Amino acid sequence: MLRLDKRPTPSKFWNYATPVTAVLLTMIAGGILFALLGKNPFEAIKLIFWDPLFSEQFASYSRPQLLVKAGPLILIAVGLSIGFRAGIWNIGAEGQYIIGALCAAGVALAFYPVESWLVFPLMILGGAFGGWLWAMIPAVLKTRFNTNEILVSLLLVYVAEKLLAAAATGFMRNPDGAGFPGSRNLSQYPAAANNEIFVNTGLHWGGVAAFIAVLFTYILLQRHLLGFHVQLAGQAPRAARFAGVAPARLVVLCLGLSGAFAGLAGMFEVAGPARQITIDFNAGYGFTAIIVAFLGRLHPVGIVLAGLLLALTYIGGELAQFMLNLPAAAIQVFQGMLLFFLLALDVLSNYRVRLARQPAKTDAKVELA
Amino acid sequence: MDLSSLNIVVLLASLMVAATPILMAAIGELVVEKAGVLNLGVEGMMITGAVSGFAIAVSTGNPLIGMVAAVIAGAALALIFAILTQGLMANQVASGLSLTLFGLGLSALVGQGFVGVVPPRTPKLDFGPLSDIPVLGQIFFRHDMLVYVSLLMVLAVWYFLTRTRAGRILRAVGENHHSAHALGYRVKRVRVLAILFGGGCAGLGGAYLSLVRVPQWTEGMTAGAGWIALAIVVFASWRPGRALLGAYLFGGIMVLQLNLQAAGFSIPVEYLSMSPYLVTILVLVIMSSNRARITLAAPGSLGQSFHAAG
Amino acid sequence: MKPPLLSIKGLTKVYPGVVANSDVSFDIGEGEVHALLGENGAGKSTLVKAIYGLIVPNEGVMEWRGVPYAPGAPSEARATGVAMVFQHFSLFDAMDVAENVALGMDNPPPIRELAAKITDVSHNYGLPLDPSRMVGDLSAGERQRVEIIRCLLQNPQLLIMDEPTSVLTPQEVEILFRTLRQLRGEGKSILYISHKLEEIRSLCENATVLRHGKVVGRADPRQESARSLAEMMVGQSLHTPSRPAAQPGKLLLEVQDLSVTSPSAFGTSLRKVSLAVRAGEVLGIGGVAGNGQDELLGALSGELRTTPESIRVAGEPVGALGPNARRALGLLCAPEERLGHAAAPDMSLTENALLTGAYRENLVRSGFIGWSKARDFAEKIILRFDVRTPGAHVAARALSGGNLQKFVIGREIMQRPSVLVVNQPTWGVDASAAAAIRQALLDLAQAGAAVVVISQDLDELMEVADNFAALNGGQLSAPRPVNGLTMDQIGLMLGGAEGGETDAAA
Repeated sequence: MLRLDKRPTPSKFWNYATPVTAVLLTMIAGGILFALLGKNPFEAIKLIFWDPLFSEQFASYSRPQLLVKAGPLILIAVGLSIGFRAGIWNIGAEGQYIIGALCAAGVALAFYPVESWLVFPLMILGGAFGGWLWAMIPAVLKTRFNTNEILVSLLLVYVAEKLLAAAATGFMRNPDGAGFPGSRNLSQYPAAANNEIFVNTGLHWGGVAAFIAVLFTYILLQRHLLGFHVQLAGQAPRAARFAGVAPARLVVLCLGLSGAFAGLAGMFEVAGPARQITIDFNAGYGFTAIIVAFLGRLHPVGIVLAGLLLALTYIGGELAQFMLNLPAAAIQVFQGMLLFFLLALDVLSNYRVRLARQPAKTDAKVELA
Repeated sequence: MDLSSLNIVVLLASLMVAATPILMAAIGELVVEKAGVLNLGVEGMMITGAVSGFAIAVSTGNPLIGMVAAVIAGAALALIFAILTQGLMANQVASGLSLTLFGLGLSALVGQGFVGVVPPRTPKLDFGPLSDIPVLGQIFFRHDMLVYVSLLMVLAVWYFLTRTRAGRILRAVGENHHSAHALGYRVKRVRVLAILFGGGCAGLGGAYLSLVRVPQWTEGMTAGAGWIALAIVVFASWRPGRALLGAYLFGGIMVLQLNLQAAGFSIPVEYLSMSPYLVTILVLVIMSSNRARITLAAPGSLGQSFHAAG
Repeated sequence: MKPPLLSIKGLTKVYPGVVANSDVSFDIGEGEVHALLGENGAGKSTLVKAIYGLIVPNEGVMEWRGVPYAPGAPSEARATGVAMVFQHFSLFDAMDVAENVALGMDNPPPIRELAAKITDVSHNYGLPLDPSRMVGDLSAGERQRVEIIRCLLQNPQLLIMDEPTSVLTPQEVEILFRTLRQLRGEGKSILYISHKLEEIRSLCENATVLRHGKVVGRADPRQESARSLAEMMVGQSLHTPSRPAAQPGKLLLEVQDLSVTSPSAFGTSLRKVSLAVRAGEVLGIGGVAGNGQDELLGALSGELRTTPESIRVAGEPVGALGPNARRALGLLCAPEERLGHAAAPDMSLTENALLTGAYRENLVRSGFIGWSKARDFAEKIILRFDVRTPGAHVAARALSGGNLQKFVIGREIMQRPSVLVVNQPTWGVDASAAAAIRQALLDLAQAGAAVVVISQDLDELMEVADNFAALNGGQLSAPRPVNGLTMDQIGLMLGGAEGGETDAAA
């Protein structure tokens, strides 16, 4: 039988080793899944993890996609990681991402067709503000009315999706679009377009924002008292209050920051790769970012690596879909399994797992007096 | 707009149908939370139940076998959660989320071949003359069996929690796992069983959605029903009778907004279809604003991991 | 000769890194009250858990009336005739008395019948109890009654009591002892675990003394002095804290009509608490657990806010300020719960030093943390307070209770408080660490600080305090000088018989 003994201090080694092991185990389990789907598992794994970066045939297209996909994932995930460390669970980043995009597109469409350098910065502000605002709803409800932020932030995703649909088919619909749903194409509006900064790198301003956010979060968590308080509140809420942390302010800060980051991600997406508001504008980055945050161990540097990896699964998944006819949902399952393995292996950081010999029971049975 | 097309009797009858999947999931989660475990994977277990129930019902031609399969599928997914949180001491919030993410993906994968397929019909229960009673008969006695099963589940869970020794032990484990352990109760065993029960209930609720309420399979068709079930548990202050009330209240809003849509109400469809989520949030706010009542009603060890030293 | 009721032979239990029990042997006879004596961490609890079937020993055997006895679960122990009253952790706040009792029985009768039985038995043994009350609303003494009644209803032959008096007033202790003697009269045996020597001398006829998991002595406690028992238990001669008498200085802490609503559902709200402490003075606040101690500490530390004027530090109103603003004015606190309140279990000692020392020790400059300064501060605490640890990088939960408590108290003392409030400073701490902590508190007062010690250990308060006040149901009695105070008077104060309002000026 297996036995768990709590370690006096968490294991440093496993702290780094678990994400790697989890990825390897997911590849094995994923391979089995692909085999069950009748695909060659080795080919599928190679298509997902190797070919997008190194095959001569695909890399020229796929490589830039890596940054395109990793940018929003990392940006959202670092924001979420701050809250997760404080025990504040914003799982509605998807909704904040949508509202950020809507607000940014709203700014752009309001200025259309004015060509001014001011439009883009205002869109950035609008995106951050939209995400922040949407995250403030669970924050205020939690601090004022003690309402569970997990449920509220998640339910607001559905509300945001309905708003998105209303925008795409109604108030943001392109007046010159012949009645088709979807807003104006922002890539055709130079003042609002978020283009690649260097051609064929996939790096647009969203990638820059993600980099700044990672740096900001790193300094906050490692060097600043506020970051210390965030971690304290997550690990020992009573000790945090004793240290003078006001829980309500922390809730507002963490939800606000993660909302603003998610809103920014939505803004860069709508002005860049997505080009316009459509009914299916959101692609699940807000949920995948949760996996990214955990896989990166809620550490900014880890999140960068995890973001790149999950971006790879997206791109590789598309490739496998194209080449092997692998269903798109298989990648979603793959990502879900990754989180399972990660959570399962986490036990190794905090506990020593031992093969316990059965406790030495005496042979004599209890005889009742 | 034509409000006269809103028929109260039909509305009430369809309310019961609309509420049933959420009621099933909520009553299962209620038992899980009473045992001190917070499983946020309800949405994932529901949709897994929805797809497996649908797939099995279609391939066997028997909706009841489908329902059984859905219970098993929901419980199987719950087993993963149980292993993670009870065996490997993983964080319950994160594990629940992972269950939902995984379940959504898995269901989409399994369900590919079933989009657009029509499932076998689930028969209505025959109440004979009862169903011919005007108004009442139409509201209460013309449903399929599962509607009544869900009501029986509420009654059974209520009886179990308040009147039986096993139920008392389950509540004790959720209230204070250290005390329960000291008295010799197997905290983890109780919790694993509760988690499996919750998974089965969520699976059944999902299957009801795909086999009866809609009835067909579409990707992501639970559309937050699992999350609403979680909210209803809070609304109910962890009491089975109030979970019934909450689910029917929610079912009412669901049906009303659908009917308003059909009646061509002048508000765009998107805004009407937001209303169930907004009402759920509103209800959560009202319920949880009384801090003292929530802390009294909530199981004392809810969401905490238990690891016995030694 | 008749075999003893329970005979323990060579019992050994090893946890990773710790030998909790090593080759422990002793007998308990029929109708005997047997004391198990030892310091915190001596292995008493482990031993008792083995007897009650909660853990399985690695080596050794037990015999029940001469027959091998190896319970694999508490239900087996109960079926044999062993019952146990726990020190903590076996009641359910949100359930009523009858349900709580039922949960401790293997084949409980229907609740209604059980309720009638509870009323009966509780009256027979002089421990009246209402079966329909919610356990969370009961006082500590009443909660213990629930535990005892739960045991008695199963008609046990051996009753194990783990530190039963730590939550009782002296008067309640008397009632309990009467019940225990009645039980002995009925031929039942009792295994009585305690580190309170006077109690053991008045109740028990045999004692087994444990130290570091081993049996280090057996005695008839009635023939021994408290001091000789204590030295057997601790294994060294004890150092009693001391200090020269001092003249109290100016008023540093003043609390006037402090009323605070408890944040927790089953907590105790403070009602019109008033006290005053001068420089150089130690005020001891006694009281049974759950009478508002946590709330009082929270109100003084700033975790709970009140009106500005209800608390003054050196004349300055601080009632509405947060913890850090109060720290800046010299009011420092050390809460009871070390892991999770005074310290973050998974954080290093360096981080835990920063937890309260951030501002007073200048560890932070415009929001940015000076980690090397924080580490220096932690190392200074470790050095001065003799905290046994490999270094400041170690997580708080890896330290023993005594060492972590020395760190926590030391962290506050090193910040040169003008007022220090501590709650249960030596709870669960070994004797030598406890003596060191008490001495440090006295030295601090000697150096001119006002010190408030909240504790349930009356002996401790008598040792360190100049004045004594009792907390009862959220109300504080008027403080009285410790000199000349008798146990009877203290008991009355703890029971709330001496109101706080009549002679508040005294």
